[in-house]
Amino acid sequence: MKKVIMGNHALSYGAMLSRAQVIAAYPITPQTQVVELLSEMCADGTLNAKFIKVESEHSAMAACLGASLAGARTFTATSAQGLALMHELLHWASGGRLPVVMGNINRAMAPGWSIWTDQNDSLSQRDTGWIQFYCASNQEVLDTVIQAFKVSEKLMIPSMIVLDAFALSHTYEVVDVPDQDKVDAYLPPFNPPFRLTPDDPHAFGGLTSPEHYMELRYKLQKDMEKVPALVEETGKEYEKMFGRYLGQVDEYLCDDAEFIFVTSGTAGYTARVVVDELREKGIKAGNLRIKLFRPFPFEKVRSILSKVPKVAVVDRNISYGHHGIFYQEVKSAMYGQPHQPVIFGFITGLGGRDITRDTFKEIADYALSKSQAEEEIVWIGVKK
Amino acid sequence: MIEIRFHGRGGQGTVVASKILADALAKEGNYVQAYPEFGVERRGAPVFAFIRIDNKPIYDKSRIYTPDHVVVVDPTLVEAIDVTEGLKDGGYIIINSDKKPEEFKFPSRYKVFTINATEIAVKHKLGTLAAPIVNTAIVGAVVKILNLTKLESLVEAIREGVPLKPEDNIKAAIEAYEKA
Repeated sequence: MKKVIMGNHALSYGAMLSRAQVIAAYPITPQTQVVELLSEMCADGTLNAKFIKVESEHSAMAACLGASLAGARTFTATSAQGLALMHELLHWASGGRLPVVMGNINRAMAPGWSIWTDQNDSLSQRDTGWIQFYCASNQEVLDTVIQAFKVSEKLMIPSMIVLDAFALSHTYEVVDVPDQDKVDAYLPPFNPPFRLTPDDPHAFGGLTSPEHYMELRYKLQKDMEKVPALVEETGKEYEKMFGRYLGQVDEYLCDDAEFIFVTSGTAGYTARVVVDELREKGIKAGNLRIKLFRPFPFEKVRSILSKVPKVAVVDRNISYGHHGIFYQEVKSAMYGQPHQPVIFGFITGLGGRDITRDTFKEIADYALSKSQAEEEIVWIGVKK
Repeated sequence: MIEIRFHGRGGQGTVVASKILADALAKEGNYVQAYPEFGVERRGAPVFAFIRIDNKPIYDKSRIYTPDHVVVVDPTLVEAIDVTEGLKDGGYIIINSDKKPEEFKFPSRYKVFTINATEIAVKHKLGTLAAPIVNTAIVGAVVKILNLTKLESLVEAIREGVPLKPEDNIKAAIEAYEKA
């Protein structure tokens, strides 16, 4: 059924259709309408789940971990400072191999206090062992929640669905909300190999000596490495059932491209419009929107960028003292490859500054007119 | 693609107006993107809502700076701010007002329409006398003036999407549609 819904509610519907059994959340700014709608669904019986209202995001994640350990399918949502407060328990979720799925609305970190979008909140959690998906439409948000539960529960690794504040979170778009029975056929109930239950007592997360700890981390990494193939497999299965393919990346006119934008989030859709405009002018442009950020889709990125002369990576984030984070990742992916494109790194759109078609035109003008970047970081739209 | 900007004041239902319009358009198979001003809303302060409409998927996710048309939900805003900012030549300005279009002094490259949505809202007891909720009436007029959807689609969208007094809101929208 087609509905006009905001991105926040696309997360809620995704969790509802996935039949989340426990939702724990802290309902104050920077929280959004994600859990507001879920709490209503729990109250009116639309969703048969336990809604746990807690006193902080740290407690929200703690409640999710307990519920997941007990074998419940578990969902939460947060944003910015709220995600930062969860940080300790994000490690706990992945280290404990608990497949919690969480929505994160990308909001810039304070101070200065901001409710507007950039990616530093979620990218600061890059090394916590969570799978991260960056979405570009409300449809993709809803579909990816369902897919994420499937991927997470298969590999016992938590997933974060990331969407831009306002540009998706509060923007209404037409979304095809799938039928429950078809989602049930795609996503079977969660059935973990171990669970916390008085019927079969176990201790979890105990002291782990140097003799064993490293193997746990090795196994987590090995399972992380299985994510790209599983995303492809479950994405194709989703396409068969629902008509929409869910991949690691979204490539647009990359095959014959001589210049490719590497993008993420909603900016990755605006870029497509500029690719069309550049093509009309005879410039063979393309757009590679990276959807799966962790694990990084090395093979996909390498195969797409292996033929192109010039690449412009557009970051709505920064690792202070280094570069844009997607820029680092793309350079790292291309290191040692037989063909190495000239890679430019652009930073723009921090703290919700709009990324427009003009932003991409400026980026293209810079990259197409130079054989090398004149600065390691090219800032677009900053008042210097 | 058509881009429309709504001007209202916090508490008047301006954002809901754009959502109802989006619902009605989606019913006829259009692609829509409707969003509020990206920020914090305060009751009584000027607010904006935006909508993009197309017959194919909309990939541009940036904000709307040069709308095709503007809708002014609160007529006092005409004096307070420049409602024509970025408005494309030939654009329509649809104002909730008891005045005649020619009483507004806008450049001749724009076409002005008025609809007394406040009177219609009061008549159907929507909101209070001091703060009538005019959004369904104004959308009724917008749909007609810009020839965006059939009246039935709008009626259906209001019935499904307006939780309080849907039938009175429908009557207001139909009255505005007929008067516009």
